[in-house]
Amino acid sequence: MTTAKPTPRAASRGRLFDWKLLIGVAVVGGLLVLSLTTGVYDVAGADDGAEMFAITRVPRTISLVLAGAAMAMSGLVMQLLTQNRFVEPTTTGTTEWAGLGLLVVMILVPNAPIPLRMVGAVLAAFVGTMVFFLVLRRISLRSSLIVPIVGIMLGAVVGAVSTYVALATDMLQNLGVWFAGSFTSVLRGQYEMLWLVALVCVAVFVAADRFTVAGLGEEIATNVGLDYNRVILLGTALIAIATGIVTVVVGNLPFLGLIVPNIVSMLRGDDLRSNLPWVALLGIGIVTLCDLVGRTIIMPFEVPVSLILGIVGAVVFILLLLRQRRRG
Amino acid sequence: MAERTTKRVTPPIASAIERSSAPLPTRRARVRYWSIIGLLGVLSLAFAFGLLAWDNPLPFGTDGFWRIASLRATSIVVIGVVAVCQSLATVSFQTVTNNRIVTPSIMGFESLYVAVQTSSVYVFGVAGLTFVAGTGQFVLQIAIMVGFAMLLYGWLLSGRYANLQIMLLIGIIIGGGLGSVSTFMQRLLTPSEFDVLAARLFGNISHADAADLPVAIPLVIVAATLLVWRAKRLDVLALGRDVSMSLGIDHRRELMRVLLLVAVLMAVSTALIGPMTFLGFLVATLAYQFADTFDHRRVFLMAVLTCFTILSGAYFVLRNVFAAQGVVSIIIELVGGTVFLIVILRKGRL
Repeated sequence: MTTAKPTPRAASRGRLFDWKLLIGVAVVGGLLVLSLTTGVYDVAGADDGAEMFAITRVPRTISLVLAGAAMAMSGLVMQLLTQNRFVEPTTTGTTEWAGLGLLVVMILVPNAPIPLRMVGAVLAAFVGTMVFFLVLRRISLRSSLIVPIVGIMLGAVVGAVSTYVALATDMLQNLGVWFAGSFTSVLRGQYEMLWLVALVCVAVFVAADRFTVAGLGEEIATNVGLDYNRVILLGTALIAIATGIVTVVVGNLPFLGLIVPNIVSMLRGDDLRSNLPWVALLGIGIVTLCDLVGRTIIMPFEVPVSLILGIVGAVVFILLLLRQRRRG
Repeated sequence: MAERTTKRVTPPIASAIERSSAPLPTRRARVRYWSIIGLLGVLSLAFAFGLLAWDNPLPFGTDGFWRIASLRATSIVVIGVVAVCQSLATVSFQTVTNNRIVTPSIMGFESLYVAVQTSSVYVFGVAGLTFVAGTGQFVLQIAIMVGFAMLLYGWLLSGRYANLQIMLLIGIIIGGGLGSVSTFMQRLLTPSEFDVLAARLFGNISHADAADLPVAIPLVIVAATLLVWRAKRLDVLALGRDVSMSLGIDHRRELMRVLLLVAVLMAVSTALIGPMTFLGFLVATLAYQFADTFDHRRVFLMAVLTCFTILSGAYFVLRNVFAAQGVVSIIIELVGGTVFLIVILRKGRL
């Protein structure tokens, strides 16, 4: 948390919607329209164009919105709960745990229906996030930078387990395909579970104030009458649901939850309540933009969005770190 | 670690009685240290001999026996090289980073290795692997890794805002970015190409090409000698940046030197047998427990022997008892990873 104190404002709720947000919505809306019209198949000219539009383009755009918003907001919640700016589902091992859960379900029940796979991934993501929080509580942190290092190492352990299991069951290449986030296979009939993450987003909006108070630390939160452990549990559950479902339907979206909240708070300060819509919006915008780049850069083929996001995210993350370095 | 801290309290008192500030102050500590060294030495020799002699169809001592044994000796040499590389590199790295949780292999070396291997298969197909085998490629791979490390250190450890932890994180993040590029290329491979590649992406002693050893061994000897030679400075560096500076060490320069040597060792090990993320961690953690001293020369010796024992023992047992030599490194990784989790949960701080 930066030391910048937002001045107390009685009418902070009034700022939730202002003209800047409307412009943002318009820009992202434009990107979404572009996403609807981009593709190799000519939906306007061909006879079954309208049908293809409904089968592929609409689900794809909807899932971009849902996944982008959910992952960005999970990152924000996680950063609040851990009081650390460098934390998000991919730097804490949560996605690796989700992948392990998915893998285990796939091995135990080879033709598992999508809901079952999601249950596995969500449960594993929950366990993994709790392990991470447990570790954070056990260690005293002399530096905020240690937290992501520990998280990434934890993720590496879980990743090694997944790799071993996948190797033993001859699923290694499948594993790579699952982990690489891509919206290519998002079709009607396969993405509908993603609507569940919309509920997660709503829940984050509703509980936003609690997360903010929890972000002040256990003592202060308990002092002002908050059941700290329950909020942590709620936050973990929301993060796990979002990460698990997105991992099963789309795959890994690296760094999204990390860069979006950081950029928003850099531009707007730390007023969580009015930042939340921006976080969701920017998350959607970045995922859509990366997906558009991935779809057009080697047309008629596609580059998975995780690749673009991985490279863009790594660059932005490094810039953030260097900025932090200036401040000491 | 509770019992460790209580143990730590006793030596100063005992040393006050014996009037000694030596690394192993009491007689008991010395006996303990050397008996563990002896035990590990015996175990190492036994496993090494077992790898040479077990299942050798010819009777011991005959010409034919030695001919077969010498064919197998390569893998023992490789185990030795890897043991020296991983243990010295991890112990030194943990000292200069003042942190016993991190391992040098997360610094992007492995992702770099995976990226080089994957892109060669991606560009040249299965034939690419034969193309990238060979000493020239081995040297090239080491050069790329060390060059990468130098760029990173030179960029982030010099100047007004030098910060070791930021450098660590940036190394990891660059590794992550490279990882997503590799994953993408792997996606586009045909399954048969992928199978060939997958075999190279796990650490395996039998990957090592005997032709690479004449390059690897001198590099390792030079780097290891320099580290052992500077071990006293490492003892001082372990006291932390401020203390070591007030004791007259040019902290940043010393840091860069040690990290460079670590990079050389890790690059040789990774280029030789492939990625081994948690081996170094496992070995260093065990070595600190066994040696129970802050003297680096003694920890180094303990770590090398521990590493050799673990590697040769795992190969011997898995090859001859379970007939599963391909998964040795993965099992070591799993054990190392589990130990990592246990240590991190039991430890009160970093």
